[in-house]
Amino acid sequence: MEKTTSVLMAGVGGQGIILASDILSEVMLDAGYDVKKSEIHGMAQRGGSVSSHIRFGKKVYSPTIPKGSADFLICFEKLELLRWLDYCNEDTRVIVNDLELNPPMVNLGEAEYPRELFEETIKKFKNLTLVPASKTALDMGNIRAANVVMIGIFSKYFDVEEKLWLDKILGKLPEKLHDLNRKAFTEGRKLG
Amino acid sequence: MKKLLSGNEAIARGAYEAGATFASAYPGTPSTEILETVAKEYPEIYAEWSPNEKVAMEVAMGAAFTGARAMVAMKHVGVNVAADPLMTLSYTGICGGLVVVTADDPQLYSSQNEQDNRNYAKFAKIPMLEPSDSQEAKDFVVRAFEISEQFDTPVMVRSVTRISHARTPVELKERMKPPLEVKIRKDPPKYVMLPVYGRKRHVVVEERFKKLKEFAETFDLNKMEINDTEIGIITSGISYQYAKEVFPNASYLKLGMIWPFPEKMIKDFRSKVKKLYVIEELDPFIEENLKIMGVQVDLGKDTLPICGELTPTIIKEKVAGIPEEPFLANPENIPPRPPNMCPGCPHRGMFYTIKKLKLYATGDIGCYTLGALPPLTSLDTCVCMGASIGHSMGMSKALGDEGRGKFVAVIGDSTFMHSGMTGLADVVYNKSYATVIIADNRITAMTGAQDHPATGYTIRGEATHAVDFEELGKALGFKHIVKANPYDLETYEKILKEETERDEPSLIINQGPCALLRRALPKAKKPFYVDVDKCIGCKRCIGLGCPAITWNAEEGTNADGKKRKGYAVIEPTLCNGCALCYQLCNVDAIKTEDKVFYGLVENL
Repeated sequence: MEKTTSVLMAGVGGQGIILASDILSEVMLDAGYDVKKSEIHGMAQRGGSVSSHIRFGKKVYSPTIPKGSADFLICFEKLELLRWLDYCNEDTRVIVNDLELNPPMVNLGEAEYPRELFEETIKKFKNLTLVPASKTALDMGNIRAANVVMIGIFSKYFDVEEKLWLDKILGKLPEKLHDLNRKAFTEGRKLG
Repeated sequence: MKKLLSGNEAIARGAYEAGATFASAYPGTPSTEILETVAKEYPEIYAEWSPNEKVAMEVAMGAAFTGARAMVAMKHVGVNVAADPLMTLSYTGICGGLVVVTADDPQLYSSQNEQDNRNYAKFAKIPMLEPSDSQEAKDFVVRAFEISEQFDTPVMVRSVTRISHARTPVELKERMKPPLEVKIRKDPPKYVMLPVYGRKRHVVVEERFKKLKEFAETFDLNKMEINDTEIGIITSGISYQYAKEVFPNASYLKLGMIWPFPEKMIKDFRSKVKKLYVIEELDPFIEENLKIMGVQVDLGKDTLPICGELTPTIIKEKVAGIPEEPFLANPENIPPRPPNMCPGCPHRGMFYTIKKLKLYATGDIGCYTLGALPPLTSLDTCVCMGASIGHSMGMSKALGDEGRGKFVAVIGDSTFMHSGMTGLADVVYNKSYATVIIADNRITAMTGAQDHPATGYTIRGEATHAVDFEELGKALGFKHIVKANPYDLETYEKILKEETERDEPSLIINQGPCALLRRALPKAKKPFYVDVDKCIGCKRCIGLGCPAITWNAEEGTNADGKKRKGYAVIEPTLCNGCALCYQLCNVDAIKTEDKVFYGLVENL
């Protein structure tokens, strides 16, 4: 792969985005690519907007993605899509978890969740998929597995064998969580 | 085999591979994980959280004076605190290698300013290396130790947020044995900076600097890449990566050592290219020094911004002249998700009370700085570590008796250990009536739970002595010291009112561990809930700004027929039962199935 692939992940603190982006970047390193990943942590980020840039290819320079050049935008929450549009182009593949989490201003009744704007925006992408990752995890009995469902979903878009993903995921989790997450990953693969 | 490491993990690995046996730091974003990694991964290295960066620097010096290899790490503003020892360390030199890591924070992701610490290398007349990814971060630390010993100088290594918090592949190597024997070496003319010795050492510094300039000319980390000679770019660190992203075919002079400059190499590079661009983040450090050398620069800070983080997008637009034409623009007014104090945070009750009493609060650095944001909006200053106490002290003298009962200083426990004690001594010594709150949550919370001298634990979790703030206050001369539960709103208000109105100094010590500090919270409390039939929609609980309380704007009436514009809801997975909202509710609509007590720990 001569061209660098750029993946932007976005969501809300606590959704497991850093873990998901760690797994994607480690899988790509094992698959033989140069990899760079960048995100912002520090400050009290719980409930804050979180994003992670992952880039891989033959040789990667900038750890952050230039605007307009994300090949993938993976959103763990719907509203977060609206903060990262300027990183997209018309070919960007967008995967959005069908989940709404209210920002504080919406909670306090000072703003509305931009539902209509979201609906309008998603029509503009030709490669956009809305996926029920949180619902799938909830049905399985653990909402926290939603990020692994998301990994299962987006893993289908990359030409890397399934086992490599699963080994990497389980390698990062304590054994008692293995069954749940194996299932979450498999369910995600089905949705992808 | 290659491993993905963050820049901070790579810096720690570099110290390990270089055979360092000593590492010290005070936590601060984006540098914190350097020492955390040392403590977790490399038991061969002694590791400590020092009370502040000045102490961290001094203990590392002490270790290096014996011949040990030592590393000290801090965020950019930490170097200001450590600048006093650093400037004279340049004179004494080291013995064993001493590497000073500064992690700068362009864009102020988690800082009070975005100062460019490359200036410190020039100021202190010491070399500085600047890696551009994790591999270099590790390798440059090893090289920094070698240069340090070769030239008898401390060496700075500068990272930035996008190096420290980016993960890139790193080839690992074995740990080496450091060259020097560790022992006491007596040499007063070198290590005692009396004027008579200091004058001689200044001459040594200047001679060393000349030698370092010569060394820079052939130093292999300063790399020339001659490609298309139309444009030549001089750059360093992360800016190199951004520039390569936009101009992969241009010619480059990448300065691995950002100070001192390889002057001949630069002039040679200039002669090889038609136009010379300087691409650097923050200050025009390279550019100004090139101009001093008489090198013509065709593009620099006349085009690139001084403020904020550099990005490939900015370089593309400003330097390459390719305007940004996004496929879709980001819509305005998307509700933000700002950082907020956690549910059950011990600071919330304090700020609620400060707001209620309309006190002006001089503030400090930590999670509690978030008290400045709505809806609590009850913090009025924040400049640097420890300044809250000085600010209140100064205000008390400027305002005189008029100021009594009108202001208070708020400082966290870790920040107090860092820089609060001297300010506190001043309050008593110079007879102020200032009131100081130590918002003691028993941890350095903002940077992700690091221990400090008042927590009772070391960086590696060993039990140790914990500083007693009450005894310390007494020793400094405070006659009025109150331990207060910031979750008990009525009592806390009474205490705060009484103490701020005194004509003598007073110290309030909050008793409430961080809501995320598991070792202090033995038992989880059950969440509170809103009895929707009773809620009248008065929004008193909403005013706390607790992330667990949300507003449901559904107009109607409650069970008693009272009209309301909506009602409050408590999210059970977020609420940890601190009972602040419970105390504010006038209609007993907030309830729990647990025993009611104020706070997360009983009998505070």
